[in-house]
Amino acid sequence: MSNETLRIKVRVPRGDFTLDVDTQWPLTGVTALFGRSGCGKTTLLRIIAGLEKVNAGRVSFAGADWQTAEMFLPIEKRRVGLVFQEASLLPHLSVTGNLLYGFKRTPEVLRRLQPDAVINMLGLENLLDRRVEQLSGGQAQRVALGRALLSSPQLLLLDEPLAALDTQTKREIMPFLSRLSRDSNVPIVLITHSPEEVQRLADRVVFMRDGVIDDICDLQQAMSRPDSPLFADEGPASVLTGPLSEADAQGVRRFGVEQAQLFVQTTSIAVSSDSPVTVTRLRVLARDVSVALDDPSRISIRNHLRVVIREIHELPDNRLLLSTTLADGQCLLIEITRWSAQQLNLQTGQEVWALIKSVALVQ
Amino acid sequence: MMDLGPADWQAIYLTLKLCFFTTVILLIIATPLAWWLSSGRSRWRVAVQAIVALPLVLPPTVLGFYLLMALGPRGFVGSSLESMGFNHLAFSFEGILFASVLYSMPFAVQPLLEAFNNLGRRPIEVSASLGAGVIDRFFSVTLPLCKGGFIVAATLSFAHTVGEFGVILMLGGSIPGETKVLSVLIYDHAEAMNYQAAHQLSLMLLVFSFLVLFVVYSMSRRFYTVKL
Repeated sequence: MSNETLRIKVRVPRGDFTLDVDTQWPLTGVTALFGRSGCGKTTLLRIIAGLEKVNAGRVSFAGADWQTAEMFLPIEKRRVGLVFQEASLLPHLSVTGNLLYGFKRTPEVLRRLQPDAVINMLGLENLLDRRVEQLSGGQAQRVALGRALLSSPQLLLLDEPLAALDTQTKREIMPFLSRLSRDSNVPIVLITHSPEEVQRLADRVVFMRDGVIDDICDLQQAMSRPDSPLFADEGPASVLTGPLSEADAQGVRRFGVEQAQLFVQTTSIAVSSDSPVTVTRLRVLARDVSVALDDPSRISIRNHLRVVIREIHELPDNRLLLSTTLADGQCLLIEITRWSAQQLNLQTGQEVWALIKSVALVQ
Repeated sequence: MMDLGPADWQAIYLTLKLCFFTTVILLIIATPLAWWLSSGRSRWRVAVQAIVALPLVLPPTVLGFYLLMALGPRGFVGSSLESMGFNHLAFSFEGILFASVLYSMPFAVQPLLEAFNNLGRRPIEVSASLGAGVIDRFFSVTLPLCKGGFIVAATLSFAHTVGEFGVILMLGGSIPGETKVLSVLIYDHAEAMNYQAAHQLSLMLLVFSFLVLFVVYSMSRRFYTVKL
C-alpha cells in the first residue's frame, strides 16, 4: 500500500501559522488540495516539489525517499512537473525551446511522452514558432503544461494553474487539463480554491484549513455531504461518472448505464472527436433537479431517473436537500422547498422520479 | 599632441592588465556572492552587504593602509606567504590586483544583485523542476536572462579599476611595470611639472570614462549603481 502513495510528514512554524501535516494519499488520478488562500496549500506543494527545504520533514514518493532527516533529494532529481498560476515561460526561449527544455534533459529511457503527442494533446501546433511574449495567457499556460509533461514527470504539481485566467480562457483550458489527467497517466496534485475546478477535475480532495488537513476523501464522498465546502459557490451539486455514447444526428449522446441513463446535448467543441471519450463526468446542480411521484411523459424535460431518497437534510430558507441514489448506486442531490416536500409527502426510503433540467458535461 | 613615451605605454599596458584580471576575478567571486545575497535568508546577509559596500565610503587610503599592513612582510598574510616560500604582496602586481578586487567589489556585486533580484526565483525553480542542475541552470537560464547585469558589472568593474589611485599608491607605490598604473603615472608626471604628459593621459582617461558610462547608461535605462 505504502508503495503507491505520496507520504508527507512536516511541521513548519511560520510566525502565527503552523503547517502541520502527516498524511498520505494514493498516486492515482487527480488529487485536489482545496482550501482558502493562506491555508498552507502552496507551502505543502513546494515541500513536495523540493522547492522548500524544511527541517524535520519527511516526504516519500511511491516508496522512494525524497526527504528524510538525513537526506534531501533536490528538485531536479525528483522529476516533478510544475505549473504555476503564471505560465512562467522562459522568456529567452521560443515556444519550442520552452517545450523541449525538460525533454532534452530527460534521459531517453525515462521519456514516456513524445513532443508530437503532447503538442497534439494540448493543441499547440500553431504556436511552435511564436515568441513567448506573443502568446495569450491561455496559450502560455498550455505551453507551460506541455513543457512540464515533456519532462516525463512522475508527478505533476499544478499550483492554481487557472486562477490567473479569465472565465472564457478557463473554459478553453479546462478540457485540456481533464484530457491531460486522463491520457497522460501521470498522477496530479492540483491546488485550487475553486469548487468548480475540483468538481470537474479531481478524483480525490484534500481539504485544508489553517495549516492542517481536515479530511481526505474521494470526490463522491466529498460531494455527498450537504455542508461540503465544495458547494460554497454554486450550491449543492452532484458529479456522476459513466460512459458516454457517440452523438446521434441531433447531437444527443446517451450517458451512464441503462438503468440510469441520461441524455446529453453536446456540441463538437465540448467533446473532442480525436480522443473518443469512454468514461466521462457530468455535473448536475441540485437546484436543477425536481421531484415527481410518477414518471411524467408529457414534459419537455427529457432526463427522468428513478431514485431512492436516502436522507433529507435541512437547508436555510425553508429548503431541503434530498440525498438520493440512482439505480447504479451513484448519489444525486436534489434541492426542493420544504413546502413542496410536504405537498408530496416525501420520506426517506421512498422511490421517486428525479427530473433533471440541465446537466453539464465536465470532462 | 599624442606622443606617448615607453613609460606611458608600459603604464597603459599594466593598467589594462590589472583591469582585465580584476574584472575576471570579480565576476567569478561576485556572481555567487550576489546570488547568495539575493536568495539567502541568512542573518549575515546585511553584514556581508555592508562589508562589500565599504570601499564606496572609505577613503582609499584607509583600505590601502590596512592592506599594506596585512599583505606586507610583517602582516598576517604577507608573513604567512613568506614562511611558505612566496613573496609578500606589498609593492607587487599581485598585491594591487588583490586590492583592486576588494576596491571594485561593490561595482560588480550591486548590478548582479539587482539583476538577480529582478529575475526572481521562478525561472530557476522552473528549470530545476525540468531537470536542470545548478551549473546547467546558471548557463541556460541565469546568464542569458541577466546578461545586462553581467555586462554592466564587468564594465563598471573594469572602469572603476582604471580610476583606482589611492589604494595603489598606498600598497603598490610606483614601480614601473609592476604597480605604476596610469593614475599613478599621471600623478608622477604632475609632480615632475611635466604637465603636457599628464594632460595627454588625463584626457585619455576622461574620454574613456565618459564612453564607459555612456555605454552603461544606454544599455539599461535604470542605472544599477544608483541603488548603492
